[in-house]
Amino acid sequence: MSARERILARIRERQGKPYEIDPVELAAVRTHLAAHPRSPGPRDAWDVNVRFRERATSLASTIDEAAVLSDVPALAAQYLRGREVPPRAVCWRELGELDWRGAGLDVEVRPAHGDDLVGITGVFCGISETGTLMTLSSPHSPSTVSLLPETHIAVLQQARIVRSMEDAWALVRTEVDGLPRAVSFISGPSRTADIEQTVTLGAHGPYRVHIIIVGG
Amino acid sequence: MQLTSNRFKQTARAKLADTDLQAALNKLQTNFVKGRADRVAELDNFEAIRDAATAIRDRALAHLDVYLAEFERNATAQGTVVHWAETTVDVNRIVCELAARYGVRKAVKSKSMVSEECALNDALEAAGIEVVETDLGEYILQLAKEPPSHIVAPVVHKTREQVSDLFEARHHRPRTTVIADLTREAREVLRPHFLSAQMGITGANFVVAETGSTLIVTNEGNGRMVTSLPRVHVAITGIEKVVPTLEDVTTLLRLLPRHGTAQTTTNYVSVTTGPRRADDSEGPEHFHVILVDAGRSRLLGGDMEAMLRCIRCGACMNHCPVYQSIGGHAYGWVYPGPMGSVLTPTYAGLENALDLPHASTLCNQCGVVCPVKIPLPDLLRKLREKQFARGLRPWSERAGLAIWGWTARHPRVYALLSAVGARLLNWLGGTDKRIRDLPGGKGWTVGRDIPAPEGKTFRALYAARRAENVRK
Repeated sequence: MSARERILARIRERQGKPYEIDPVELAAVRTHLAAHPRSPGPRDAWDVNVRFRERATSLASTIDEAAVLSDVPALAAQYLRGREVPPRAVCWRELGELDWRGAGLDVEVRPAHGDDLVGITGVFCGISETGTLMTLSSPHSPSTVSLLPETHIAVLQQARIVRSMEDAWALVRTEVDGLPRAVSFISGPSRTADIEQTVTLGAHGPYRVHIIIVGG
Repeated sequence: MQLTSNRFKQTARAKLADTDLQAALNKLQTNFVKGRADRVAELDNFEAIRDAATAIRDRALAHLDVYLAEFERNATAQGTVVHWAETTVDVNRIVCELAARYGVRKAVKSKSMVSEECALNDALEAAGIEVVETDLGEYILQLAKEPPSHIVAPVVHKTREQVSDLFEARHHRPRTTVIADLTREAREVLRPHFLSAQMGITGANFVVAETGSTLIVTNEGNGRMVTSLPRVHVAITGIEKVVPTLEDVTTLLRLLPRHGTAQTTTNYVSVTTGPRRADDSEGPEHFHVILVDAGRSRLLGGDMEAMLRCIRCGACMNHCPVYQSIGGHAYGWVYPGPMGSVLTPTYAGLENALDLPHASTLCNQCGVVCPVKIPLPDLLRKLREKQFARGLRPWSERAGLAIWGWTARHPRVYALLSAVGARLLNWLGGTDKRIRDLPGGKGWTVGRDIPAPEGKTFRALYAARRAENVRK
């Protein structure tokens, strides 16, 4: 008997179940998984656009507003200039066609390396309950771009801001075929409070997360 | 990890005298105790969410075999290899075999308490593999060769000066005591390890049956690196960590960071499903999940089962007056505080952690704050009963209880002895009625006085009152 069988047999024995999986129980479990019902969450009604901005800011993300997508390069350039960050970045393919050069930025479409300073990504959706960005990995949206550089600039369409993580999963279920390899929920710059319980921004990931909301 | 729980009293005494530790523990109360209360107060539907979280954990445990099999099926369909480990020794064997198979020379680790149970780092190092802890706290402990003292804030017992000393000695860089600079130094030292390791090892806060995913919460971003950069990713987790659906895990994520670190959400929640896909430019080529029993299945169907609901937030220890006084090391194994006082004897043996079920005032702060309503004081009380039933308590305690039990069943003897006892204590109290040195009770009087009983005993008063009523 394998370790798998011994562990499962022990569980069933402890719970007074028959040795084999009970088909009725299996059917009930599969029904639950297929229905994936929601549990109660916060009841407060809130404006998702207002709440997202408020929560993201409280988690030390900064926010800029772009009327249209083509305004993003100029805003990104301005942000980087203000922080004396060199005007070079890597970005996801979906943003590669923007006129970065026109804004004075040197932007390459590729995964990030350990020494890239700025990463520019899209966002699958924004979660207003916590001010969180949700990103999905794919050949054209590598997760390293939001992770390795010291500055992460995220481009979020306001129409893609949802209320809760449950709503975000619902969006994945309708728009994507199964989960991608990596789903990352990002809530501000990386941080640690391991030394003397003092919160310090910029642990292993970005020191800065700048969210440019388009169409607000 | 080596088990030293039976040295609880000696270690606790030393920890009480450690002024640095006492300062850190005071700060923990402000940050985590008040912080949790604030974060919970923000949640307008807290009790309903907490009930739902408890029901989700109970549902997973009630059908644990089926959810594990479903997790395995769905994970396998995504190309994940699922292993089952009955013991911690099996875990180490599986990881070492994987390391050999993939030619791993260096492994980077994100924080994993299960791997601490296994002493996995020692096993890998014995196999000639370099292991680098990447959570800042765990990295500091690895340099200091110390075990964690808290499951969420592992290095809470160290001061920045101690960290500075370690970094100076090990990094050969100019000494700094600025916390932001120490953090940057660790970032710069660890970044090349992330980029060069062949294997990433993580725990899993939850595994999701519906999608075959593993999920970890981190703040530093090391978890994302460990799961994305090396060629091989191994996630090690207890069999009880399975959760049915993405919706269910969402409910638990509303509570875990609030109770653990007083955050509404952790900085990162990483959900990993399978190895890199065709055309992906990054991600591990091989993804292995190890489901660990190591004593867990024994808790099912018994009076300790509720403990398996635990989501490892650490709120019980943050709120425990005993943990607040002595920190985590005295508990002598991986898990400190009330949850550790239940887990250590149940996983490692009742006889190997004799003091832990008693390292609690049973004040129920832990039970009140537990996000999944584990009745920790009840479990500790049951462990005390088991100790007594197995004859694991000292003869003096057993004899004392036997005598008390006999007298309690003989009211006249009880009345006589309590009257004599009260008078004796009154005499010992002297003129100010404080007992400073109780013969046979030094453990109590060394830290505080006992107020001596004054006036008549309850029985005497009751008898007098009754006699008076009869006269009327």
